[in-house]
Formats: sequence, structure tokens, C-alpha cells
Amino acid sequence: MTTGKVTGIIANLVIVEVDGPVSQNEICFINLAGVKLMAEVIKVLGNKAYTQVFESTRGLVVGANVEFMGHMLEVTLGPGILSRNFDGLQNDLDKMEGTFLKRGEYTAPIDIDKEWDFTPLAKSGDVVQAGDWLGEVKENWIGHKIMVPFKFEGRYTVKSVNQAGTYKASSAVAVLADADGKEFPVSMVQKWPVKVPIRAYVDKPRPFRLMETGVRIIDTMNPIVEGGTGFVPGPFGSGKTVLQHALSKQADADLIIVAACGERANEVVEIFTEFPELDDPRSGRKLMERTTIIANTSNMPVAAREASVYTAMTLGEYYRSMGLKVLLLADSTSRWAQALREMSNRMEELPGPDAFPMDLPAIISSFYARSGYVFLNNGNTGSITFIGTVSPAGGNLKEPVTESTKKAARCFFALSQQRADSKRYPAVDPIDSYSKYLEYPELQEYLAANISPEWLGNVLEAKNLLLRGKEAYEQINILGDDGVPVEYHLRYWKSEVIDFVILQQDAFDKTDCSSPMARQKDMLGKVLNVCRSDFDFDGFEEVNPYFKRVINIFKQMNYSLYLSDDFKKYEAELVEILNERRIA
Amino acid sequence: MENAAFKKIYTKITQITKATCSLKATGVGYEEMATVNGRLAQVVKIIGDNVTLQIFSGTEGIPTNAEVVFLGRPPVLKVSDELAGRFFNAYGQPIDGGPEVEGEIREIGGPSVNPVRRKQPSELIATGIAGIDLNNTLVTGQKIPFFADPDQPYNQVMAMVALRAKADKIILGGMGLTNDDYLYYKNVFDNAGALDRIISFVNTTENPPVERLLVPDMALTAAEYFAYDKKQTVLVLLTDMTLYADALSIVSNRMDQIPSKDSMPGSLYSDLAKIYEKAVQFPEGGSITIIAVTTLSSGDITHAIPDNTGYITEGQLFLRRDSDIGKVIVDPFRSLSRLKQLVSGKQTRKDHPQVMNAAVRLYADAANAKTKLENGFDLTDYDERTMRFAKEYSNDLLAIDVNIDTTMMLDKAWDLFGKHFNKAEVGIKQEFVDQYWPK
Repeated sequence: MTTGKVTGIIANLVIVEVDGPVSQNEICFINLAGVKLMAEVIKVLGNKAYTQVFESTRGLVVGANVEFMGHMLEVTLGPGILSRNFDGLQNDLDKMEGTFLKRGEYTAPIDIDKEWDFTPLAKSGDVVQAGDWLGEVKENWIGHKIMVPFKFEGRYTVKSVNQAGTYKASSAVAVLADADGKEFPVSMVQKWPVKVPIRAYVDKPRPFRLMETGVRIIDTMNPIVEGGTGFVPGPFGSGKTVLQHALSKQADADLIIVAACGERANEVVEIFTEFPELDDPRSGRKLMERTTIIANTSNMPVAAREASVYTAMTLGEYYRSMGLKVLLLADSTSRWAQALREMSNRMEELPGPDAFPMDLPAIISSFYARSGYVFLNNGNTGSITFIGTVSPAGGNLKEPVTESTKKAARCFFALSQQRADSKRYPAVDPIDSYSKYLEYPELQEYLAANISPEWLGNVLEAKNLLLRGKEAYEQINILGDDGVPVEYHLRYWKSEVIDFVILQQDAFDKTDCSSPMARQKDMLGKVLNVCRSDFDFDGFEEVNPYFKRVINIFKQMNYSLYLSDDFKKYEAELVEILNERRIA
Repeated sequence: MENAAFKKIYTKITQITKATCSLKATGVGYEEMATVNGRLAQVVKIIGDNVTLQIFSGTEGIPTNAEVVFLGRPPVLKVSDELAGRFFNAYGQPIDGGPEVEGEIREIGGPSVNPVRRKQPSELIATGIAGIDLNNTLVTGQKIPFFADPDQPYNQVMAMVALRAKADKIILGGMGLTNDDYLYYKNVFDNAGALDRIISFVNTTENPPVERLLVPDMALTAAEYFAYDKKQTVLVLLTDMTLYADALSIVSNRMDQIPSKDSMPGSLYSDLAKIYEKAVQFPEGGSITIIAVTTLSSGDITHAIPDNTGYITEGQLFLRRDSDIGKVIVDPFRSLSRLKQLVSGKQTRKDHPQVMNAAVRLYADAANAKTKLENGFDLTDYDERTMRFAKEYSNDLLAIDVNIDTTMMLDKAWDLFGKHFNKAEVGIKQEFVDQYWPK
């Protein structure tokens, strides 16, 4: 193996003189008085390798020994990943000793001695390739597939598969032979470099199936699909994290991978604390059972921040290959971009806009491209839906990370400071936000078949009413309340009904926080029914109090269990109020 | 000054800038401390045998033959119970005329807490100020700054919060504090008889700016000692973080780094996060709560310093002079405590979250009405009622001179709702309206 000696140190950029071949992104360990610090090669110049160290370099001296590992940063894949809390390098945080993180402490991501109940899925004589299922073990409630390792290239013949039984994760459960007859034992555990996409699928079609999130402004107005991509930019305080947590609690996915990338430690603690207590509304199990956390909080080493999003994506791809629906959330991708910027700066590269590296757009788009809906070799399907948050500097969406992400992601959930200031949560801007998927004929067909043939038309009508309401509001502001026809007030207040009843949602109320699709369909119908009606008013003064009452009753309905007695009582009240002024 | 007899002394400096000097030396550790003609310095860059030192008090008068001694350790603080009641400079040396503190030597700027070893913050901090307790409840283990223009009374409000917060220890980290403000804090704590709970690390405007970089780490190392080792509730006050960030940009500029937004170093976010993330609730009982001040230039929160801070801290508090009542209030629109939902309605009365939101929404309606009035439009009856409500709400609840408990704040809010509005206009969940609407 190649070794080297430290010749330069600038914060976490360490320059190493090497005595043999090194490759870009190769992992090495730097010896600091007996403690081994993990680092990654990010540039090579002659016999000097520039490495980014994943730990603090305090106390490191020139001349320290470095050992190169001959591989890139890898994750360990196998049963036992679910419900764990990893750092960005896939160390199991729970296994670490002490309250404070010690540098150079690396813990095993999965327990290779743990025993699992194995059921074979392949039989000897089968011809298989990377990603094909050989067997299955039960991990929590999911059928965790034991696959042909992704590193295996070409076709192999199954020589033998173990019988159903209990085996250690590290023991061989199958033997494969290549074309030359060379045999390879396969265990439940394999490794994969995080920066390389796993391509064990035959086809990646356009996504078409709605992914329910229970958040009305997403499901109804700007739907995301299984295998889709979306991003949530917003200034601080606009509710990015609350929205991400709502998605992680409610989304209709088999499992959720949360990459807490350079964000607050207390937000991760919230997940640790609450998810083991909360029930998954769909499976009835604890939310934590389907959640895996990759935590590289803002005070943890910067270089590992970049690794954390790749680690999360690779775990997602692993589970997608088992035919599962994965939702991957990354909060926030801006911190990842900033980590790239810090390194690029230390290497004295010529900067791009805002001192970010020039290849930032390419890095972001190739990362988003790893998500998607796929057909596996055996005809099953799996998906990774990716939603990233972006923290634009100064809340200004014209900055490099937001602009690069906008080109890569198909859903844009723009959080607006103005809506957040007036406590209209979730503060997703109804006019600026969009879902490109609404234009996909595949999704349109799906919505017509699964919700109703009129659904898409209704949604577009509601969007249009919101826009008209906004225009009317601007006119009222310019010309004054009595300077415009009553019609304008009516138009504005109808849009307010949509805003208050459909768009706004109380994430902290146990009923309102999540709204199933059937309920969303019903409520949109009721709201549009109000919007399509004509009302009789003598003057503009009457419009505001009347609609305030309408909105209040609708809100009480949102707070009540769907179709409960309370709900029906309020519905009856609503009908009475509407009958007061509605023109038949 | 600290010295060690067996250490090699270097006397050949090859390069001097305003804040750094370079020399040839071997066996030097990264971030190691050194003295240059007695001035404290720290290693910031090593290339081969070329070592660059950052001299905290500046390089004025440093000759090329200055004596450089490496101390073989990063910056440290001696921690023990003796710290209580004492005033120190940025290096942790006493400035109150008292003796040196004896105790265990700790590296400052040490490692972070493993996130799985943290506890979710859950203890309410009562301040009596309704603009905080009602609208933006604080929680132990939280980190939150005041975003304020330099002319606003943030130091007074912070001192008030610190004294009412019932913390075991209050640690003041003063960066670029004027001597007057430093004496103000000293007097207020003294008059309150709280001096034995206070520990101060102060860099005043009279001291060199780069020294400031040590202050937060000193303060937080002391805080970790009391919160983790002694399981105490510790409140850390950091004022003013804008001047800290300015010192960072001075150093990065001297080191020829490419500046990012607003001439700040590209690593500003990580640098600030390392400090603020020291706020923690330990499962064993101790906690560190950080209340900081970030001064703004004429209210601009899109500047890199407040902007990065806002993404790190758990909310922010804005002060504003309300001309209608002639008092300083805690601005309900722009202020936010992200951790409030962990306690409001749980450790306070159940109606708290809804009352808070309804009041702020009605206050927003009043602001719209005011805009209409300014533009010369007629006001509706509702507009006028919201404006009357806003004035009383501002005076009786938002003003910083209010000092009542949270239940009284909620009752006051219901009184105002009942006085100015009907139930539909307030729009609160029916069960609370039934229970609390003024009869």
C-alpha cells in the first residue's frame, strides 16, 4: 500500500508527500500521536496529495505518517441499517463512547455478528447479475433482500444458496460462479463507494405515481411523485425544517432517510426523541422503525458534511434495489455546497459566483439524478424520492445553490418570508411554487383514475382563483376599498378561503397536521363550491366579516376528525351561513 | 508570560503582516500556541518547515529577530469553582486584580457533543417579558441572538433576561464591548447581588480586535465545565457577535483567503456554528443556553453575519421602538423562538399557542390598516378595532418593561380579544373560546 508523510497543514486541508500511486478520492489515514484521522484525496500534484481531513487537525505535525487504503469512501450495506443514527461517514453514533465526540473514533455501521432468519429466493443454476435477489431476511418489518453484490460485473451462475435458517450477517449465504467457473461466496454484507451511483436496474421511466404527504399545499396544489425530486428554498424562520419533519412523519414511503447536513443538532435530537414515540399512520408501527438518520450537524467536521449526503443517497439506492419506496430528505444542501466552497477556497482554486466552486451546478444535478423510479432486473419497482432544502443567503433566490438546484429538481416549494411573517404556515408561496409533474400526462392519467377525472381541472381552477385573488388584492390596495367594485372584494375573499382552508395547515395540531387524499379531495370540492357561488352583498363592508365567518367554520372542520360528529355539525353550520347570502 | 525552559527559541522571522508572522520551525503542531516577544500567538498554517503564526494583539513593533517560543499546546483555560465571580481578559487572565485561578487545564474550542447524547430541550426559561415568554418562549439549551441596531437597548434587555432567568451561572463573553457597557453589566450584576454567579471574559474596544476570537471559546469552555461536570444550568451571554465575525474577516483577509459574501470568510457559517452549537441540554441535568447579540447595520438581516447566524440559531429576537406607545417592544413579526413549541401549551396553559398566533395575526391586520390609513384610504370598523387592539397589545404585552407571568399574559390577551373583537374574528379553536372568552 502507498504511504506518505504530512508536509503541510491549513485547517482541514492536509498536504501529503506520497511514495507510490494514489487515486483521486482515495481514503487515507493520518497518524496524529496514535490517533488515526480519516481523510480523502481531493487533488494530486506531482507526488503531493491534497487531502481533506474529516476531523479536527489540531496538534498535527509535519512529518506525520499517512497510510493510503486503495479505495474511495465506502459505506457498508447489509441488514441492521434501519433505525440507526449514523454520522456522515456511517459511524454508528450510539456505539460511540462518552458524551463528546472523540476524533479518530470510528464505529462499525452494522453488527456483522448479528444473526438473521434467512429465506432463499434464488436457487442453484439461476443466472444472476449485480442487484439480483438471492434471499431475504426480516429487518424490522421489511423484507431485506440479500443481493448479488453491486461490485460484481457481468453474469454469474448461482452454485448454491443456503437453506432457510439463522445465519450471521458475515457468513456466506450463497456461492456464485463467474463465466470461468471461479467461485465467490456472498455474505449479507457488501461495500459500495458513495460517490458512484448504484445502477442495478433495467429502466428508469418517467415517474407517474402520486406520493401522498398529507400536506395539502403539496398533495393538492403541487404534488410530488414517487421517484420525483423537489426542493424547498427559504430564508431562515420560514419553516423549512418543520415542513421536512412533517414530510418525514407523514409521507407514504416504506422508509425515510434523513440527512441532517450541517444543520442544528437539536433538530436531529427532536427526531431521536419523538420518532420512537410516534406511530406511523400507515403501518401502525413506530416511526423510528422506518427512519434512518445521517447526522452531520453544523458543529461536526465540515468535510464529512459532503460525505453525509452521498452516504444517505447510497443507502437509499441500496433499499430501492430491494423494491422499496424510499423518501430521502436532505437538510440542507446549501451547507453541503458551503463545505465544497471552503475546500475549494483552501486549495486556492479560481472561484465561481459567490466564491462557490465552478462545477457546483454539475455536482448538484448529478446528485439529484441519482433519485428516481426504477424497474429492477426482476420486474419489481423501487423508488427514491428526493427532497432537499436550500438555505439561500439573505433569502435571495438568485444565488448559485438555488439556481443550480432549480435546474435539477422538478418540484419547487418556495417558502416566502412574507407568508411566514403573517403566520400563514406552511409558508409555501402558492403563486411562485410549482410541480412540473402536474404537466406529465402519466401523472394526469393517474390522478384521473385514482382521485377523480375532474381533479386536475379543480386544482388548476383553484390555482387560478388564487392568482385572481392576488390581483384583486393589489387593485384594492391601489384604489382603496371603495374605489373598486364589490366584485373585487369577493374575488379576493374567495382566494382567502382557499388560502386559509387548503393552503394553511397547522403542523402542530394532531388532526390538522396530516390530511389524507380523500379528505383533501372533499375539502377542495367544498371550497370550490363556495368559490363558484355568487353572493349578495350591499357593500364591501359586508364581505370581510361574512367570509371571516366562513373561514372560521372551515377551520373548525379542519381541526375536527374527518366525518366525525363535530365535523358534520360544522358542515351543517357552513351550509346555513352560505344560504344566508348565496344567490341560487 | 508563559515560558518553558526546555523549549527551543527561534529568532528569525521571515515575514510579517499586520496580524501574522512566519518563520522556519519544525515539530510544530497545528493550532499550537506560541509567544512572539511575549505576545500570544497561534499556528494557523504550516507548509513544510514554514510556520505562520497569528499574533492576537497585532504585530506592531515586532522585529524580525523577535523571540518565538512554541508552547506545545493549544489555547487552554484552567477550570474550577474558583472561576465564579471573576473577570478575565480574552486569554483567561484575571483583570479584576484577584489571584490566578487554579484548576484543571482544559483545551478551549474542544470537541462537539455526540448528537445522540443530547437531550431535547424541555425546560422553559421565564423572563417576565411577554414579547419573549408569550410569543417567543425560551427553553434551556437554546441558542438565540438579539438582532438589533447599535442604538437599541439590547445590553439592558439581555442583562434583565439573565438576572430573571434563574441560572446557576451566568457567563458573559464580551467582544468589543465598550468600557461603559462593560461597567454597566458589572454594576447591574453587582446591584442584583448576583456577582458570585457571574463569570466574565471581556475584550473591550480598547483591546486588539483579533483577541476577540478567543472570547467565545473561553466562555464556552467555562460553561461546559459548570454544565457538564457540575450539572448546573448555565446561561452564556455573547455580545457582540458581529464584532467577532469582523475579527474573523480581518484574519482571513490577512491570510489571502478569497472572501465570499460581504467580504466574510467562506467558512463563516461553520465558524459561527461551532460556537452556537455548544448550547446543549445534557440528559444528566446541566445545560448551556446561549443568548447573543448580533448588531445589524440599519436593520439589514440579509448581510452575511445575521443571515448565517439566523440559519444556525434557534430563532432570533428583534427589538423595535413602537412610536404609537413610545416604548421599545419585542417585534412580534420578525422575532421567533424555534423551540417554543416544546414548552408552550405543554409547560404553559393549553391555549397558549393559539392565543399567541391569533394575537399576532390581529396585530398584522392592524399593520395593514395602518398602511391603508397612511395611503389616505378610509378605514372600516374592523380596521379601527384592530388598531385600537394593537395599541393596547403593544403597551400591555409587547413592551419590554412588562413583567408578569405567562398565565397573566394569556388572560390579558383574552381580555383584549373580548374587548375589541367577536369570536369569529379571533378564530381560535372552539374549546378554548368556550373556556376563556371573557364573560
